[in-house]
Amino acid sequence: MQREGSPWRGLATVTLKELADHLSSARMRVLEWLVVLTAVAALYGALQSIRSTTAEDPFVFLRLFTDAQAPLPSFASILGFLIPLVAIGLGFDAINGEYSRRTMSRILSQPIYRDALLLGKFIAGLATLAISLTCLWLLVIGLGLLLLGVPPGAEEVARSLLFLLIALAYAGLWLAVAMLFSTLFRSAATSALVSLGLWLFLALLWPMLAPAVTQIIVPPDLASVLSGQPSLQAMHWQQALERISPTQLFGESVIAVLSPMTRSMGPIFLHQLEGAVMGAPLPLAQSLAIIWPQMVGLAAGCIVLFTAAYVVFQRQEVRA
Amino acid sequence: MSANDSIIEARALSKRYGAVTAVDGISFDVKRGEIFGLLGPNGAGKTTTILMLLGLTEISGGTVRVLGRDPRREPLSIKQHLGYLPDSVGFYDYLSARDNLAYTARLLGIPAAERDARISRALEQVRLAHVAGKRVGTFSHGMRQRLGLAEIIMKNARAAILDEPTSGLDPQSTEEFLILIQALKADGVTILLSSHMLEHMQRICDRVALFHQGKIALMGSVPELALEVLGDSFVVEVQARGPGLRERLAGIDGVSEVRAVAPDRYRMQANRDVRADAARVAVHADGDLLRLSVAEPSLDAIYNGYFQARRTLEEANHAA
Repeated sequence: MQREGSPWRGLATVTLKELADHLSSARMRVLEWLVVLTAVAALYGALQSIRSTTAEDPFVFLRLFTDAQAPLPSFASILGFLIPLVAIGLGFDAINGEYSRRTMSRILSQPIYRDALLLGKFIAGLATLAISLTCLWLLVIGLGLLLLGVPPGAEEVARSLLFLLIALAYAGLWLAVAMLFSTLFRSAATSALVSLGLWLFLALLWPMLAPAVTQIIVPPDLASVLSGQPSLQAMHWQQALERISPTQLFGESVIAVLSPMTRSMGPIFLHQLEGAVMGAPLPLAQSLAIIWPQMVGLAAGCIVLFTAAYVVFQRQEVRA
Repeated sequence: MSANDSIIEARALSKRYGAVTAVDGISFDVKRGEIFGLLGPNGAGKTTTILMLLGLTEISGGTVRVLGRDPRREPLSIKQHLGYLPDSVGFYDYLSARDNLAYTARLLGIPAAERDARISRALEQVRLAHVAGKRVGTFSHGMRQRLGLAEIIMKNARAAILDEPTSGLDPQSTEEFLILIQALKADGVTILLSSHMLEHMQRICDRVALFHQGKIALMGSVPELALEVLGDSFVVEVQARGPGLRERLAGIDGVSEVRAVAPDRYRMQANRDVRADAARVAVHADGDLLRLSVAEPSLDAIYNGYFQARRTLEEANHAA
């Protein structure tokens, strides 16, 4: 059955209103401060580390993102952990909040389709995350310029921008997760709890469970028991299982983009190193090729989850 | 009145939730300019019917046309001219009354040049102009309902669906609200009104439909329903002096019984309001007409009468 008009009628209006709501909300301010303070602390650690160890490094700026000084993790690791929190914070009540405020039926009785409402909320959430991440990126670059006293090279800028893009895809995926749960559950508390539970499971528990699950799928053979090393098949399985977690996909992508020396995400064989100059950085295109599946995985996950939320929302009866 | 005068046309309209049939093949028309009431106990199918008219839930069977269009294929055209007010309308608490309406106005595509004037006029009409800049979070339930009505006015709606709009309002607010609904009607807006407040429904509705177990059990004007459920339910009292007056009064069309309750005082049972005929009879008989009054059948009596008759029938069937 063909519907009249454009499904995107009202999209800009919804997006702008939601964006204004996010940017002015107390919730967003609290989350932003949490991220900024933690990130600045990590950055301080990275600067200390760079000052104490680096003699000459063509990618010194990128080390601002990856270097860590105990007990703080690196800036990139902190983002990997906190981005989902912010994304969930923005999306967990996107749909069920409209029901609990009883605004949903009133808004949907205006001449717009549900498509515009859902997509408008998603775009607004993503734009808010993009603004926050860009500000954070500028903060790192600015502090780096001030405290290191050297400007970043073109490739460093390109790589750090790519990192920004990957972080945004990662944030989009968690935003889609939160929006899916906000569509599935009528209670905002439930959707927040389930989203946070999934995040903690995939970020903390799954990396510990993946090896155990691998052992069930590929029981260790005699050779691997004797050598104390898992078989190649087991390594592939474990890696595949770990990549179910978006945190893993983000972590691998970040490593390849911010550490140009990274040559592979899995086991490396001697024949693969033939002709390679050890320690030499890869060109950006090569790094990109290594993590292309991870980036596609993040983007695809985001699209699949948003589509699921879309299908559920389209079929819902709007009573409130 | 031609078929084109129908603003809402439902034919064999059904809604099923799995094995449960919430609305069971109902048919009705709401004519241009009238106030059509939906009555019935909770769970009788009134709100589900309204949601189908608005396209907020899928239709399981039958057809419906609102403002001459199919809500499944042309929802935007319908919603452009159809207002909706649920029992407890939701607004964004953190926005002012004006900003809430401005958001709706943008969704409606009202040009920026007209927006302010239309919002001001609507707020003026519902007597909320003095609190236009205040956050809706500070509004009482009655003020929110009036703001909902302001939205319909701002929209220049040709028809409005009001689902228990006075539910939870105090008597004074209810009275004010009923006056506003009648003002809407006077402006040419066709209204579909669902409510449990039978006395108010009787006062403002031109016709009503009584829902029972997903079906329309009764439909028509109050006198028509009274005739159907209660029989001759108009009681006209005549105080007059004249020769053979009792026999003459008994001869009036629609009168089933005339009793002399006191000297020169007669109580007539009729199927309509026969005061004019009674006055004419008294005058033609060269009598003196001293007093004339009518006790109209109440919607309350019709409602209770219908359900009492159902219960009696069910008990009889059960006993058999």
